[in-house]
Amino acid sequence: MLMRRRVYLQPMTATNAPPPPSRPADARAERYRSGVIPYRKMGYWDSDYVPKDTDVLALFRITPQAGVEPEEAAAAVAGESSTATWTVVWTDRLTACDRYRAKAYQVDPVPGTGPGTSTPQQWFARIAYDLALFEEGSIANLAASIIGNVFGFKAVRALRLEDMRIPVAYLKTFPGPPAGIVVERERLDKFGRPLLGATVKPKLGLSGKSYGRVVYEALRGGLDFVKDDENIGSQPFMHWRDRFLFAMEGVNRAQARTGEVKGHYLNVTAATMEDMYERAEFAKELGSAIVMIDLVVGYTAIQSMSRWARRNDVLLHLHRAGHGTYTRQKTHGVSFRVIAKWMRMAGVDHVHAGTVVGKLEGDPNVVRGIYDTLREPRTEERLEQGLFFDQDWADLRRVMPVASGGIHAGQMHQLLGYLGEDVVLQFGGGTIGHPAGIAAGATANRVALEAMVLARNEGRDLWSEGPAILDEAARGCAPLREALDLWKDVTFDYASTDTADYVATPTFT
Amino acid sequence: MRITQGTFSFLPDLTDAQIARQVQYALGRGWALSLETTDDAHPRNVYWEMWGQPMFDLADPAPFLRELEACRRANPGRYVKVNAFDATSGWESMRLSFLVQRPAEEPGFELVRQEGPGRTQRYALRGRAAARPAGPGHGGERR
Repeated sequence: MLMRRRVYLQPMTATNAPPPPSRPADARAERYRSGVIPYRKMGYWDSDYVPKDTDVLALFRITPQAGVEPEEAAAAVAGESSTATWTVVWTDRLTACDRYRAKAYQVDPVPGTGPGTSTPQQWFARIAYDLALFEEGSIANLAASIIGNVFGFKAVRALRLEDMRIPVAYLKTFPGPPAGIVVERERLDKFGRPLLGATVKPKLGLSGKSYGRVVYEALRGGLDFVKDDENIGSQPFMHWRDRFLFAMEGVNRAQARTGEVKGHYLNVTAATMEDMYERAEFAKELGSAIVMIDLVVGYTAIQSMSRWARRNDVLLHLHRAGHGTYTRQKTHGVSFRVIAKWMRMAGVDHVHAGTVVGKLEGDPNVVRGIYDTLREPRTEERLEQGLFFDQDWADLRRVMPVASGGIHAGQMHQLLGYLGEDVVLQFGGGTIGHPAGIAAGATANRVALEAMVLARNEGRDLWSEGPAILDEAARGCAPLREALDLWKDVTFDYASTDTADYVATPTFT
Repeated sequence: MRITQGTFSFLPDLTDAQIARQVQYALGRGWALSLETTDDAHPRNVYWEMWGQPMFDLADPAPFLRELEACRRANPGRYVKVNAFDATSGWESMRLSFLVQRPAEEPGFELVRQEGPGRTQRYALRGRAAARPAGPGHGGERR
């Protein structure tokens, strides 16, 4: 068929068929004439659009290029993350294109940016996507759709995906965490307090037997878990099978000594899925309660491992390795709260989510928003915590957040206060660096934690009495006294790079 | 040896006053309180003997603390634990569980090993107390 410029395809209709809905024929002709028109004229901007309960919603922080209007930038983001390309295409007419087009429906200036500030003007843009755009149960497809194309777009100087609202209709296509907080606690038979862990240190270089020694000492001293670090795989100094064998020896010896269920997160991250399954099967054969994977294995591998973990009754820990490359700067990237949502949907039982007081990035309000996203059955819009939407989790099981990175026993009151009790607190250096040895370090952490929980339950105020509670507990526990003395001046006080931008709305009574 | 199961087992044994405060905390959260006993504290033994039924809708710790006393008197030499159960949606599980009595001597567990293929071992824990014969009152049930 010969296509000439300025000729468009007429739909084939019977003579008595109803006319095409809503738009007059000349407007439609104008819209689909070949050429380039602004995205907001292509239907990607619609300020009258009311999002449906079944729509996937996204909130982007957009820094437009100079001279690009915010509605046009928002429409471009909507277009390029759904059906558009840079020029009008006649093949749109072969589809119910009005439905598949994402709609940018609201644009608001970001507080603290623009004229009079040191930051170029940014805009929060809300975009709605029809449920039919997405494949059931696939984070890879969701991610490819929302972030797969739009972030390199020249018309946008910088772009950050801040938050998403996942409709219940879409959540129900995901199995979610294989175990979740309640099942994890029932398997470990541990209730009423945070769980304690530690990463084996040094990160790399130990032989299998030495590695297992660290595991045994930390577990017998009082931790619930020890873990592999994200970069431990199968290296010349230690093959993965030897690590698994010696670590499980340490776990079982510690269980016998303490009468508690203990675990070591065996890292099954590998080059291919076949290798990952092989490692996971060996971990299961050895009786491990838990395995771990790194975020860098990718969304597809994470979902495969989630499925495996459920079928094999093994907990699945996710280390968020690599996230900091794109989550940390407010101007550009993907907020970790979105990653946390995707990981709850993809189905992991643990995910690293920040410590607030440790060595890694974490503003208290933003971290709280992320913890609630992982743990709560429902969260409400709370701009001060960076939560932009009400999110109903449709009974998707709850993920146990993990706090790891530069924390020590002297911060126990802050950790319990900021993070609550359904969390894994991991003290790597804070256990292994103890002057009296690894087991002493573990005991110091466990005593500090139990004393703090006991005091909190009795109604004492942790913020003001925390240090006194630790001192009281340390009177009966020399390892805790030593830990407090060694690390009492250690804090990581740097300005956070990722804080919430909002204008507090006054309440009228 | 001293098994370290339960929320507070790394602290000195709780006094009755401390137990009462934890019970009060659980009641304030709307949780149901129950007691369980055992002489087999193997970590995979999750079904200890129940002392009566869980106590729902308590306004005051006193009735529970009386049951706790009766349970301890009736079960000398056994482990006794206090549990607090949360029936709200999304939980429907224990929220707190701590020991309030232990045998005077805790023999602990031995690690039993069985060689498997390669360097694999199959592990089991055997309680060193398990060889004692069952005797009167061994079941720990409330009469």
